[in-house]
Amino acid sequence: MRTLPFLNILVCGIGGQGVMTAAEILAQTASDLGFDVKKTEIAGMAQRGGVVTSHVRIGPKVLSPVIAPGQADILAGFEVAEALRWSDQVRPGGLIVVNTQRLVPPVVSGGLYAYPDDPLAQLKATGTTVTAVDAAEIAATLGDRRLINSVMLGAMACALPFPPGALENKIVARFQAKRPELAVLNRQAFAAGSGVAQ
Amino acid sequence: MTMVAETMTAKSGSGARRLLSGDEAIARAVWESGTRVAAGYPGTPATEILESLAQYSGLHTEWSVNEKVALEVALGASMAGARAFCAMKHVGLNVASDPLMTMTLTGVIGGLVIAVADDVGQSSSQNEQDSRYWGRFAHVPVLEPADSQEAYAMTKRAFELSEQFETLVILRLTTRVCHVKALVTPGERVERRVPGFTINPARWVMVPANAKKRVPLQLERERKLAVFGESFDLTIDEPGDDRRAGFVVSGPAYLHLREAFPNAPLIKLGLSYPLPLERIRALAATVDKLVVVEETEPLIEGELRAAGLTVYGKDILPRIGELTADIVGPAIRRLIGEPEPAAPPARGPAPSVFPRPPTLCAACPHIGVFHTLFAMRRKVVIMGDIGCYTLGAGHPWHALDSCISMGAAMGMALGIDKAGGEGDAKKAVLAVMGDSTFLHMGMQGLLNIVYNRGNVTALILDNRTTGMTGGQNHPGTGHEIHGLAAPQVDFAKLCEALGVKPERIKVVNPYDLNGLFRTIRDEIKVPEPSVVITNQPCTLIGEFVRREAHQVLDDKCTGCGSCMDLGCPAISVRERAEKHTADGEAFEATYTQIDARACTGCTMCVAACNHGAIQPIANTAAAGSCC
Ligand SMILES: Cc1ncc(C[n+]2csc(CCOP(=O)(O)OP(=O)(O)O)c2C)c(N)n1
Repeated sequence: MRTLPFLNILVCGIGGQGVMTAAEILAQTASDLGFDVKKTEIAGMAQRGGVVTSHVRIGPKVLSPVIAPGQADILAGFEVAEALRWSDQVRPGGLIVVNTQRLVPPVVSGGLYAYPDDPLAQLKATGTTVTAVDAAEIAATLGDRRLINSVMLGAMACALPFPPGALENKIVARFQAKRPELAVLNRQAFAAGSGVAQ
Repeated sequence: MTMVAETMTAKSGSGARRLLSGDEAIARAVWESGTRVAAGYPGTPATEILESLAQYSGLHTEWSVNEKVALEVALGASMAGARAFCAMKHVGLNVASDPLMTMTLTGVIGGLVIAVADDVGQSSSQNEQDSRYWGRFAHVPVLEPADSQEAYAMTKRAFELSEQFETLVILRLTTRVCHVKALVTPGERVERRVPGFTINPARWVMVPANAKKRVPLQLERERKLAVFGESFDLTIDEPGDDRRAGFVVSGPAYLHLREAFPNAPLIKLGLSYPLPLERIRALAATVDKLVVVEETEPLIEGELRAAGLTVYGKDILPRIGELTADIVGPAIRRLIGEPEPAAPPARGPAPSVFPRPPTLCAACPHIGVFHTLFAMRRKVVIMGDIGCYTLGAGHPWHALDSCISMGAAMGMALGIDKAGGEGDAKKAVLAVMGDSTFLHMGMQGLLNIVYNRGNVTALILDNRTTGMTGGQNHPGTGHEIHGLAAPQVDFAKLCEALGVKPERIKVVNPYDLNGLFRTIRDEIKVPEPSVVITNQPCTLIGEFVRREAHQVLDDKCTGCGSCMDLGCPAISVRERAEKHTADGEAFEATYTQIDARACTGCTMCVAACNHGAIQPIANTAAAGSCC
């Protein structure tokens, strides 16, 4: 058997942003390519605007589904303060791919807590490689907010042990049959994300 | 090769492997086992088992009104000789415990498996409990899978065991089994003949004379199961070279333990009750220390101690939450005197970021209810219940005073009423619960209020779904588990049938804040049971109709902040500024804005604004164009 690399990917964001779908696509792609994979999330009340995280572990053989503290190779943050919240989970030398969008919750808007002034700068100060992408803006320009997902996957694609095109094709395959127009949009979103990362 | 090992071998490109959650894997196995009847009630993390099973044909799958009924449905099917299945979250088995404790005496005919999911780590439950106790209490076997492939394999074996020993079997899951997706190699369904029910009073009529005769049979069955467990192939002995500690481990803790100690000898329990004592003794004889790793209570540990073994367990490991590798590792290393591996370079303190608690959705009909209750906060005691509406206890409403168990609000409200506390003399007592909760276990409480002449105003929040668990159908939605039309209960008529006077039953639109306020205010003044039913659907279901988004007109907004008090997540602060009243007093003005993408035009904020500053976007655009 060829040796497959190990990779811990932590995807984080807010309920409704597509965190779980992104994690699912990563896991599916890994599985298709012959990796062992486990994907787990804690999203108890996620639909209600709470924090969502999903752990995706891929490798030749995956035991525990949980990424040990500080052992994420890649952190994919779908919201900039959420990326900051989980940034200490990234191993030294790891990668943070972050959507720079700010989503302010009611407890902040209502004045109970403050939103960090410059979370992106704080992320960069951790010494980890940071790929910042305005995924919400790109998605809005393409005409559908739900494309954030594909932009983010595009932005992390070059850091994954998958052959070129594998991840993109997996996304597109979800829409090809029933919604070909969405397949095209998702391809564009993925390409835009990849462009930012280069 | 062991089951667990099988899932861990990556076979390049094998088409048969599927990425399934534990819940989906169990559903698949239930279907393949030729099961004819599956029943349950939603509850995280078990909900997706039945949701997934509903996609298969060839069996009857249903949402029952509660877990007790679900188990009774499954038992009936089994008595007719069909394989039957039941799924619930941990607290659901508490509800179903009454039939459980007697059906263990009758035993079963068709294989009967109960999947019970413990929310280890309490991601979304009112308690953390170890449901394996129910297996011991009821003298029935308990299987504990670690991942999806095992969940699949054990479910299939559970049906066989159930028929072999004529007993129901408990499949004990945790959140980390239910909600982890991993690779599974599924098979095909095998149909089974269903012979039908045979009249047999000695077996099925559990009057004392009959039941007494079955107690020894139950104990005998337990003894046989213990013997069987000694050679059960889903209990796995894994030898290892590191003899400093040997482990007895069950469930997903096995995976975490293996991650931390790849070479330790261990027994991974498939059947964790009854225990294979001889196999465990044999392991104990070959290692320096025997450690039990189990989530969450020390059940296995206690039984091994009682059997005379010296074991470590909860003296070195936590008794709450998950036993992940980073928790098990250091604890065991301390026990065997091994130094911690060099820590990676310090990463500085964890960043402090504001909390992001879950909130009610924009236009959630519950918002109107809690905004209203907040307005009468000092005049009411609000017994609450479990569902999305429990969020009414949080910011900014603080208008729900309890959450214990499903349906509890009714009984507790009556108790507060009857206690006649001095501090409550001038207060009205309310019971607040959702539609699904009311049908699950709230109806009896309301009947009890009527019967015992309580002075309670019950609020039934009918949003036509079981919202908290992701929107499942129930008898009030008009649809069954597959989404097909079903008889729909009429809540007002139901309450009337329970004895509430027709003039004391009010159906109101929770978006009409003034109407809602007046109705509740009037009903709490009447010293007898009343019911207020809200009638707007959950925003996440098909029935919900999105309307024109609204906006705050900046020139009309006075910064009073009233709309913020509503707690709608689509409304946020645009600007804060220090202002002065006419008599020169300083105050902080809060100018707001509405996120047009999130707003669905429910208009609750229009009613909350005293200055006419909130209007539909289209309207104002049109007004603008004519100027
Ligand atoms: C005995 C038991 N079974 C299941 C659950 C899981 N659960 C929590 S709330 C809830 C139902 C909530 O539905 P509803 O009462 O309609 O209120 P909504 O969430 O729609 O506001 C369920 C099924 C539980 N907590 N206890």
